[in-house]
Amino acid sequence: MASVQPHRVRPGRGTELLLLVPALGIGIAGYVLAGLGATGAVPPHVIAYAAGTTVLAVAVHLVLRLRAPYADPVILPVVVALNGIGLAMIYRISIAYAARGRADANIADRQLAWTAISVALAVAVLWLLRDHRTLRRYTYTAMVAGLVLILLPLVPVLGQTINGARIWVRVGPVGMQPAEFGKIALAVFFAGYLVTHRDTLALAGKRVLALQLPRARDLGPILLVWAASLVVLVLQRDLGTSLLFFGLFVAVLYLATERTSWIVIGLVLFVGGAAVAAATFGHVGARFDVWLHALDDEIFRRDPGGSGQLVYGLFGMASGGLFGTGLGQGRPDLVPFAYSDFIVAALGEELGLTGLIAILLLYTILVSRGLRTAIGVRDGFGKLLAGGLSFVMAFQLFVVVGGVTRLIPLTGLTTPFLAYGGSSLVANWVIAALLLRISDEARRPVPTVRAVATPDIGVPVSAPGRSRPVGGGRSTGRTGTPAVGTPVVVGSAPVRTSTVTPPDGPERGPASDDSPTEHLDHASDTDERGETR
Amino acid sequence: MNTPLRRLATITLVMFVALMGSATWVQFFQAESLNTDGRNVRTLYREHGNARGPIVAGGEAIATSVPVDDPFGYQRTYSQGDLYSAVTGFYSIANSRSQLELAENDQLTGRSDQLFFTRIRDLLTGKRPEGAAVETTILPAAQQAARNGLGAQHGAVVALEPATGRILALVSTPGFDPNVLAVHSTSEAAAQYRALDQADGNPLRPNTHQERYAPGSTFKLVTAAAALESGDYQADTPVPSPDQLTLPQTSATIGNFGGGSCGGEQVSLADALRTSCNTAFASLGMTLGEDVLREQSERFGFLDPDLAVPMPVVESVFPSDLDQAVLAQSAIGQRDVQASPLQMAMVASAIANGGRLMTPYLVETVRAADLTIVSQTDPEPYSDAVSSATASALTQMMVGVVDSGTGKAARIAGVQVAGKTGTAQTVEGQPPHAWFTAFAPADAPRVAVAVIVENGGNLGNEATGGAVAAPIARAVIEAVLAS
Repeated sequence: MASVQPHRVRPGRGTELLLLVPALGIGIAGYVLAGLGATGAVPPHVIAYAAGTTVLAVAVHLVLRLRAPYADPVILPVVVALNGIGLAMIYRISIAYAARGRADANIADRQLAWTAISVALAVAVLWLLRDHRTLRRYTYTAMVAGLVLILLPLVPVLGQTINGARIWVRVGPVGMQPAEFGKIALAVFFAGYLVTHRDTLALAGKRVLALQLPRARDLGPILLVWAASLVVLVLQRDLGTSLLFFGLFVAVLYLATERTSWIVIGLVLFVGGAAVAAATFGHVGARFDVWLHALDDEIFRRDPGGSGQLVYGLFGMASGGLFGTGLGQGRPDLVPFAYSDFIVAALGEELGLTGLIAILLLYTILVSRGLRTAIGVRDGFGKLLAGGLSFVMAFQLFVVVGGVTRLIPLTGLTTPFLAYGGSSLVANWVIAALLLRISDEARRPVPTVRAVATPDIGVPVSAPGRSRPVGGGRSTGRTGTPAVGTPVVVGSAPVRTSTVTPPDGPERGPASDDSPTEHLDHASDTDERGETR
Repeated sequence: MNTPLRRLATITLVMFVALMGSATWVQFFQAESLNTDGRNVRTLYREHGNARGPIVAGGEAIATSVPVDDPFGYQRTYSQGDLYSAVTGFYSIANSRSQLELAENDQLTGRSDQLFFTRIRDLLTGKRPEGAAVETTILPAAQQAARNGLGAQHGAVVALEPATGRILALVSTPGFDPNVLAVHSTSEAAAQYRALDQADGNPLRPNTHQERYAPGSTFKLVTAAAALESGDYQADTPVPSPDQLTLPQTSATIGNFGGGSCGGEQVSLADALRTSCNTAFASLGMTLGEDVLREQSERFGFLDPDLAVPMPVVESVFPSDLDQAVLAQSAIGQRDVQASPLQMAMVASAIANGGRLMTPYLVETVRAADLTIVSQTDPEPYSDAVSSATASALTQMMVGVVDSGTGKAARIAGVQVAGKTGTAQTVEGQPPHAWFTAFAPADAPRVAVAVIVENGGNLGNEATGGAVAAPIARAVIEAVLAS
């Protein structure tokens, strides 16, 4: 970086509004085309549908203007586009189901209602949660909530076994998959817990070969979560969720400690657990058979635990080929659960490989914006939370699409934003809201520091806007800064004097560990320490 | 924490690239094999979603796809299912298809390369693709006459136009109603299929071209043709015709029908055919030799595994490596000689057409949905089965069979009919198969026909080709001549 120019950070709300136009357009056009393709007529309520989705999207946009003006302008449009594509596909499948006289032909209307509820909750999160660091106060509450949510389906009466997996809870007419929300709670807990304990996990312990082994007592939590994942796997027969929790934990642990050893340990534990599970439990072993020998006639016809559904999905995608059959012109209703677990196969059939890759690219953009937010945000908790939430979304997509395309064994999980299902949609919109909230923090300029960073001025200028004093009472130390552009080698003691932009994040000022709670745990808990050490 | 975040970003990117790779693998590299997988019902469903072309006989659709309000969109409907079951076959979701529904599938679905431009136009104009119409050579009146003639008896009738090879009638009994297999309920269709598959008389397999029988005395036409073609025989050449013929190296004998005599120790070849003299033709076969007989039968279409009309026709058999005893029996159409009814119609048709056998065919034209002709079958010679001199000699001999021989039941006032009866012995204790093959008018043939009634039909052990099969052939001939 040659010089530090006090450049204006653009909030990006205009860009967002502009991007919302094509994002909404994709969903609405998809809806119309699905109707045209399947019934030959424009859906009768298309105006109301277009108006409704537009109102929902613009509502979030307006809340962002008011409450998170610096939030990443790309996240919302991508989410709106994905949600719209999902609605169009579900509508298309509902037409096919209605033609076959199936009872579940109302899925499109229900998903639309869930979209409205999801957006309302996302708006509530953005409105009420002014600072994501507030969540850190609820670290242990989140842990308890997370565990309760995960284990809730095991409660007699409440829990329901559907299609062999006990992942549902039904209260009166409303059913939900609590694990979807448990995912968020655990992400909060992991981020809060690990940001506190990262040093002991990272530094204490023996070094064996190239691996830094943690101490046994620090190994406790990972073993606990590993055990919890196994409980989910065994008692709820839910491979996907246990895989998801474990992946989330290992990823956040790695982010916090920067120790590859944790990934290795995590993978060893997981592979070990999976191997034992595959050997011990019939349904896990069956999944592996199905994965490896899906097209064998014996496996195909095996009931239960055959590869029929998977193979029907593959048939669907194959019939779509490169460019798809066109919306409304394929036969996605031939694939069981085409509207939920297998919506990727339905999209692959009607939109083709081209459409499927476009959708995957949308997810790539979404996840990369989430991880960018994690890199950009200044506090460790925010980094872990944004990183964890982004990764869990990416990992969930990987597990679902990888399962459907036979890259990995099939596990039941929903495709974020696309698949039918209230719990999933609400949870993912809340995740999007949290990422938007954190990205607002990440992209918000820190004028005070920028002013200091210009040597000519020499005097810290307190900037209006954010009234919080940055960096506690040590701001005077910043006057004697070295030349701009010279990397400051920080010694053993963490000193926050560098005005040099750390290697990754030119738009950011130096460490500003301005969360009071951070100081309680770790005075030195900043990311720069980690970067320059 | 930014370094691991960057690494994590790389990992997610790798995961997504892997997903795109696996999607490409499924949708591009594997697509072909998945699309052609036998368990993939999608192709069938897609065909059902399109208007499958009709099958037409005499200007009337005998198989059509009718729009219905269910997920398949169209219901295959057969207007006179039982009558045309040997022609159309069936088209079913649960059990795939047969006969023309199978053989002309690409045309009926519109997937044929010949329909490429029609398809492109449909694609551009957004029209739902429609299959082509397959117009058959069937003459409904002849088909109906054959069906009526067979009635409840198990058997088959094939009528050909000798000059072209067009199949005018193709009836197999018992037939079946393809409508019961075309139902969209797979379980119901499967149950119906099982029932038909196990039904007496094997209705799903048309006797006309997928079943073969001992041709019995009708095969004497082939033996007589071989004799005439050898140049050593004329219609009036005397041949030995003992009352009993002891087969060489055996104690077995061949006798004549009803144990009777053929009219002396020697009769003319013409008389031998007229009275269907077994001993004469058995000794004639031994004189001519196996190779001569097989070669002659091949020129009539025997031993051809590739014959298709367009449905594949079961190969008719003339055995090889025969000792004299077996050869004698083969010469009169017994033992291992086996012929499909279509094959015997071809024999008659070759004789009718001056010795030139025309390739039989069932599809006249294929028309795209806009009525343009996609393809038209041109008559093609199959072989020169016999010389025209032999053909005319055989014709005269066959006229004798109908006028004053075993085939009097086929006589039609004012029309000279040439024919040959056959009463083929089957397994011990079972009534014989009754055959009759004929053509008419003898001087300018418009139709050649072969009829078989299995196990004597209504007459049982009393049956002969002349009594049971000849009247059916006459009815078919009359129907063709009347049209």
